[in-house]
Amino acid sequence: MASVTFQIWRTHASGGQLQEYKTEISEGMVVLDAVHQIQAEQANDMAVRWNCKAGKCGSCSAEINGHPKLMCMTRMSDMPQDKPITIHPMKAFPVIRDLVTDVSVNYRMKKKIKKFKPRPPDAPDGTWRMAQSDIDRIQEFRKCIECFLCQDVCHVLREHQLHEEFVGPRHMVYTAALEMHPLDVEDRREELKNTGGIGFCNITKCCTTVCPEHITITDNAIIPLKERVADRFYDPLMRLLHLFSKKKNNH
Amino acid sequence: MTNYETYHHDVLVIGSGGAGLRAAIEASAAGVSVAVVCRSLLGKAHTVMAEGGVAAALGNVDDRDNWKVHFTDTLRGGQYLNNERMAELHAKESPDRVRELEAWGAVFDRTDDGRILQRNFGGHKYPRLAHVGDRTGLEMIRTLQDYTIHLGVDIYQEFTIVNLLKEGDKVVGAFGYDREKGLFKVFHAKAVIIATGGMGRIYKISSNSWDCTGSGISLAYHAGAELIDMEFVQFHPTGMVWPPSVRGLLITEGVRGEGGVLRNNAGRRFMFDDVPESYRAQTSTNEEEGWRYTQGDKNAKRPPELLTRDHVARCIMREIREGRGSPHGGVYLDIAWIKEKIPNATEHIRRKLPSMYHQFKELAGVDITKEAMEVGPTTHYIMGGVKVDADSQMTSTPGLFAAGECAAGLHGANRLGGNSLSDLLVFGKRAGEYAAAYARNTPAGKINEREVQEIATAALAPFERESSAAGENPFQIQYQLQDRMQELVGIVRTGKELEEALKHIGELKEKIIRVACSGNRGYNPGWHTALELTHMITVAEAIARAALQRKESRGGHYREDFPEKSDAFGKVNINIKKDDKGEMTVTQVTKPKMRDDLQQIVNEMK
Repeated sequence: MASVTFQIWRTHASGGQLQEYKTEISEGMVVLDAVHQIQAEQANDMAVRWNCKAGKCGSCSAEINGHPKLMCMTRMSDMPQDKPITIHPMKAFPVIRDLVTDVSVNYRMKKKIKKFKPRPPDAPDGTWRMAQSDIDRIQEFRKCIECFLCQDVCHVLREHQLHEEFVGPRHMVYTAALEMHPLDVEDRREELKNTGGIGFCNITKCCTTVCPEHITITDNAIIPLKERVADRFYDPLMRLLHLFSKKKNNH
Repeated sequence: MTNYETYHHDVLVIGSGGAGLRAAIEASAAGVSVAVVCRSLLGKAHTVMAEGGVAAALGNVDDRDNWKVHFTDTLRGGQYLNNERMAELHAKESPDRVRELEAWGAVFDRTDDGRILQRNFGGHKYPRLAHVGDRTGLEMIRTLQDYTIHLGVDIYQEFTIVNLLKEGDKVVGAFGYDREKGLFKVFHAKAVIIATGGMGRIYKISSNSWDCTGSGISLAYHAGAELIDMEFVQFHPTGMVWPPSVRGLLITEGVRGEGGVLRNNAGRRFMFDDVPESYRAQTSTNEEEGWRYTQGDKNAKRPPELLTRDHVARCIMREIREGRGSPHGGVYLDIAWIKEKIPNATEHIRRKLPSMYHQFKELAGVDITKEAMEVGPTTHYIMGGVKVDADSQMTSTPGLFAAGECAAGLHGANRLGGNSLSDLLVFGKRAGEYAAAYARNTPAGKINEREVQEIATAALAPFERESSAAGENPFQIQYQLQDRMQELVGIVRTGKELEEALKHIGELKEKIIRVACSGNRGYNPGWHTALELTHMITVAEAIARAALQRKESRGGHYREDFPEKSDAFGKVNINIKKDDKGEMTVTQVTKPKMRDDLQQIVNEMK
């Protein structure tokens, strides 16, 4: 058992500040355990959002010593304990209270993305056939737990607060999962370019670095989507083909 | 006089896990207005933690499978205390419910010919679980979530329901608050569906999410609905045991389905030592055959590690209690050994069990492709809950429906792995369908203003006690309850300990009258916990009382003082209801005779 000092963001009527707490750490504890212990013993009203404490629900995102992480998956033994450990709410989103942020913009943006639209079933019993090798890549995207750490660290959202202009890495991954779904027949390239704001991403890969599910967001989702958008809108041959196929569909 | 905002809907769904969302989808499809109240953010419910798969007799991997086999497997696993009509509907309808998810965008793992792949699981005769690695729950909830958001359903995120509202016998709405501001809300609805999941959080060692406080079971009980089978709590055999902070975290049964084996500290595969009579004919007697079964050999019988969860959990307890456990009080679960059998075992394990690999690596510093895991039982699921009509999911209280883990009947005395995800889909859909039909044919009831004011006053009372020195800390009461339940109403029970538990529960009831909160109402976890305690204590009491009543051992309920099954208790369910004086009454209700055609199926499949 060792006593560790934490500095945790607490809000008050006129803003907020880091407040210091000391608590005893035992073997195997994660940061969320320490926060819970402080909450139960010293600060019953300290707000923290959490559900599963198993890295599966993506609720307890925060900035620990400045690094965007899930509190439930950050082991105390991996943290330097000779100086205070700071815990700050995600900075890209407005704070509701203490460590809890308002992430509702993410739900709004997701709703704007065109939903899954499957091709007609392959078999008379209404089922489809898909090869495992064709779904491997979207299964990677579907691992996303919607912790929004990628949104938090994306400078377009974090520094420039362009939440309404750029859907952000989470929704690029979401769109990629739809666009690359073998059954999906919808075309989302136009919305990616316009309302999605894919051009805002300049591939700094910060999102990939913080993803607790280790999804290679930039390389596997965003860049291929950028290529699709470029093919559709900037490649003269593809534009011609698109025009042709559109006519064909319309008659 | 407290102010509150009122929302009007035809159908109110409380809970946004698999059952709640599936119910909302169906009710919305019927053309009524639907509200979903999420305790947390949308998509974070406990369903997200389900790992192994969803059970449905698709017959994609073994074409001998069909609904009759699934039906009999479910009854055998539930030790014949199940509601057979529910088991029938579940077995018949789950294949369609799974295929429907695919039409909504779910991406299940595939067979070589491109169909939905199915894996082996405890108590299922054939490979039956459609899955996505070991994150099936996430796939399901995300699919349902992404489908629901385009339906025009009103979704209230981070709202908590405190009480149901009634007019006479009938439920007419619910009272709650939003967490962000702590402001009171009244939902005026013609039909209410409870889909709040389980109660693992009343135990100290649990695989469950924060939300799982049994709130819906308690809401229904206090609204006059009957509960059944509350003594049947499932202790999943394989939870993590080390380090202490992750004790209880689930290790999917899929590890054993993929060939993982259980060993004691002497390296013995102790599961071979005790195979129940009812499963002897279908269980292998040697390690080689068991391995072949996990690799898809249709002529091989299943290894004893894949017996039902109640049995495996008790065998593990026996090893630990008799001194053959691992250093941290568990036994060993070994998947790394399969490298003796297959090439690329490391890669295979990481692909089939990615979350398990991740979880052990990051939380325990253990590489499961190289070392065995230490595992022990963890509170996982409650088979009991709100009593419902099998077809409509209506409770004994008009206007009130229940689906998913908070409802009871399908699983009897023990649930088979994979049957809960299919339960959510099949009965979530039915609840939505029938609640919508009920709402269409029922005029909106009246909300009783005085009742609302009384509930609001009671809900705010903890703040009044803030300055009082005698005020109780809500978190400490919760910890005390968890300790008592773990110790006295756990996997091995005795009459004496259950009585002691009830005494403690009585004391805790006194304490919650004095619980105090500081701060203000906005996103205040202390206040939230204080309001939750009533639910947790109600459910704890129901479990203890039902467990005391059932003087036999069956399924998830094991009485050391009555270690055998009793024929008399095999014919009854334990019912719990709040009587006119507000006391909890316990009665034994004789199960109706099984329908002849179903009985015939059971006989044929023996």
